[in-house]
Amino acid sequence: MRKLFYGLAAAAALATLAAQAEAAKDTITLGMQLEPPHLDPTAGAAAAIDEVTYANIFEGLTRIDQNGGVKPALAESWTISDDGLVYTFKLHKGVKFHDGTDMDSADVKFSLERAMDEKSTNAQKGLFKPISKVEAPDASTVVVTLSQPTGRFLFNMGWGDAVVVAPESAEGNKTNPVGTGPFKFKNWTKGDRLTIERNPNYWGTAVKLKSATFKFISDPAAATAAVLAGDVDAFPGFPAPEALAQFKSDPRLKVVVGSTEGETILSTNNKSKYFSDVRVRRAMAHAIDRQAIIDGAMFGYGTPIGSHFAPHHPAYVDLTGMYPYDLAKAKALLAEAGYPNGFKARLHLPPPSYARRGGEIIAAQLAKIGIQLEIIPVEWAQWLKAVFKGYDYDLTIVSHTEPMDIGIYARDSYYFQYDSPEFKALMKKLDMATDEKTQYDILRQAQRKLAEDAVNGFLFQLAKTGVWNAKLRGLWPNSPTQANDLTGVYWVD
Amino acid sequence: MASDGASDGASDGAKEGGLGEVAAKALGNRSFVIGGVLTGVLIVVALVSLVWTPYSVIDMDIAGKLRVPSAAHWFGTDQFGRDVFSMMMVGAQNSIAVSLVAVGVGAGFGVPLGALAAARGGWLDETVMRFNDFAFAFPAVLSAVMITALAGPGAVNSIIAIGIFNIPVFARLTRGGALAIWKREFVMAARVAGKNAVRITVEHILPNVASILIVQATIQFALAILAEAGLSYLGLGTQPPQPSWGKMLNEAQTLMFLAPQLAIFPGVAIVLTVLGLNLLGDGLRDVLDPRLRRLR
Repeated sequence: MRKLFYGLAAAAALATLAAQAEAAKDTITLGMQLEPPHLDPTAGAAAAIDEVTYANIFEGLTRIDQNGGVKPALAESWTISDDGLVYTFKLHKGVKFHDGTDMDSADVKFSLERAMDEKSTNAQKGLFKPISKVEAPDASTVVVTLSQPTGRFLFNMGWGDAVVVAPESAEGNKTNPVGTGPFKFKNWTKGDRLTIERNPNYWGTAVKLKSATFKFISDPAAATAAVLAGDVDAFPGFPAPEALAQFKSDPRLKVVVGSTEGETILSTNNKSKYFSDVRVRRAMAHAIDRQAIIDGAMFGYGTPIGSHFAPHHPAYVDLTGMYPYDLAKAKALLAEAGYPNGFKARLHLPPPSYARRGGEIIAAQLAKIGIQLEIIPVEWAQWLKAVFKGYDYDLTIVSHTEPMDIGIYARDSYYFQYDSPEFKALMKKLDMATDEKTQYDILRQAQRKLAEDAVNGFLFQLAKTGVWNAKLRGLWPNSPTQANDLTGVYWVD
Repeated sequence: MASDGASDGASDGAKEGGLGEVAAKALGNRSFVIGGVLTGVLIVVALVSLVWTPYSVIDMDIAGKLRVPSAAHWFGTDQFGRDVFSMMMVGAQNSIAVSLVAVGVGAGFGVPLGALAAARGGWLDETVMRFNDFAFAFPAVLSAVMITALAGPGAVNSIIAIGIFNIPVFARLTRGGALAIWKREFVMAARVAGKNAVRITVEHILPNVASILIVQATIQFALAILAEAGLSYLGLGTQPPQPSWGKMLNEAQTLMFLAPQLAIFPGVAIVLTVLGLNLLGDGLRDVLDPRLRRLR
């Protein structure tokens, strides 16, 4: 009898322990399709870098919240001069980097000047272009003087590319990121997983999670299996939309479909042999059936776009009707350009399913007007080298996930090779504009200009198809910037 | 049948009975018949697909995607609304073409190399066979993955890759068979008569190793079909829009719960094809191999 009693007591104790362990779950495993090439957000364009580090490891003066608004981060407050040129930031006191060094105005000055420098490897140098000088009058004050009023300056300082780094550790951030964030880098098994853990000396509100692991699963089928098996607690950017229906019927899981800043486009080399002719590009626009691509490649998740602009933005104009699906017109335009029988071109496709599947559909659609596309599947590294940096491509499909990135069309060297003085003038005007109404007007004109020139094939706004454990709270439903912000994430029973 | 074989096997190694006798033996062999029928169906389907398929394999009908099998679409439609039956037909053609060329490459290089090694012996034999061992030591599919990863994905590169790992198989087999025959009296006689090594190889050695080579070729053919499917499954083989069974399997993977038939049809096709070729190879060996017949 006594034995039985002890047995029962032990079982009860075990059960309580198990229950406690369950209730106290304070770690998370997050699935990501792409692995970052390195971990320095100030030196790379890959979205995956920000998806690991943004708000978790690194912080900037300001930050972008889950609704796309600007919130204070390292700067607790700021004042803007009446002419809109001088920003005075007051920094939080007592902020330390993960290596124990103090974060003060000298670090901010260093970070901004490093990004502005001619030799800077920052992927978004344009964000820092309006800055004419940075001063640090005292340890907790930074004065930034702009050469022209820039309406979105505070938002821009919230990008992952504008985070504050320390001169002592900046060079090593690619492999050992040292930031000021609530999590610090723990370890990274390349090709598999990366772990960050709670920073006990965080200056702000401590995070609820003790540690977080990012697991890199590039294969959509493996991602589906990992979610169903519970190997990952969340997959915020789930790569296989066809599996969502099944997840929805699973009570353990929650499917959240939100918006992203990802304009998915058929990027066109505007200086390549055939596509330098606007008639050819317009012919393509007439031959592309966007809804078929959204249905076929994304199982209906996605919103058609007619220019490079996010539909949820207030300045959006719907230009999807500019080139209605019309094969006869497309063929006529091609004939006018001198290619009545079409031609052969290359289509480079990076790994995501929106590109691989979308590419097959586009190849089939363009074949109808005689444009024969040779499909070339490439890995990201190859894509970045050959297409993005080498301009050695005709067409490619990619989602541009940076927020408000219409300015990339005004860059002197960018892989679309769209060189339009009119568009550049518009962007200059946008930078000068201080009131919202003028800005929106210019943004609308800019969208029209891009659509008229049919710079790229504008396909659809990528939906954020996330799936996570139903007991998990605080993950972002939308993706206003490239991030997996874990600062507000916690488990409930 | 058994006595037949015994008397036949006792004859000299040069020629094995008449053609009629072989045919009769073949028809009585169950593996050969089943394997032959399965392979025959595959070939017929592939040939028909050259001139006719129920639907185009390139035209998409997104609105009609993932349909279940019906009278209009016998095997249903895929994620782009393409007719799966038509894709399977063209996929058969693709499998056969890739495997045929790959096995051709393997035999075309392997058989002369093996025959040369056997005829010359000495350091040449050593060199050829050590290179063979080297190539053989790599797992076949791994080396194919390596080659396509280096040279880029595509049908042609996968043919080369599969062909290369077929070379040592044929070289080894030819050399082994040839060495035994070089020691036979009729070859001695031919040498005494003044025939040179090339002539002896062509006139006496190759005809006598032909049967084992044919048997091996059917087996390699089955392996090549599997390798092609494997490479395409990994995205390294046949590229879209050309249909391939391996690629269809790959694409069906994430659709398993929505449309399991998309994985079942190409999967079953690959199984039946490989089974058919293996049975055919087994049957051929029974029919052609004199030693086995003697054992019976």
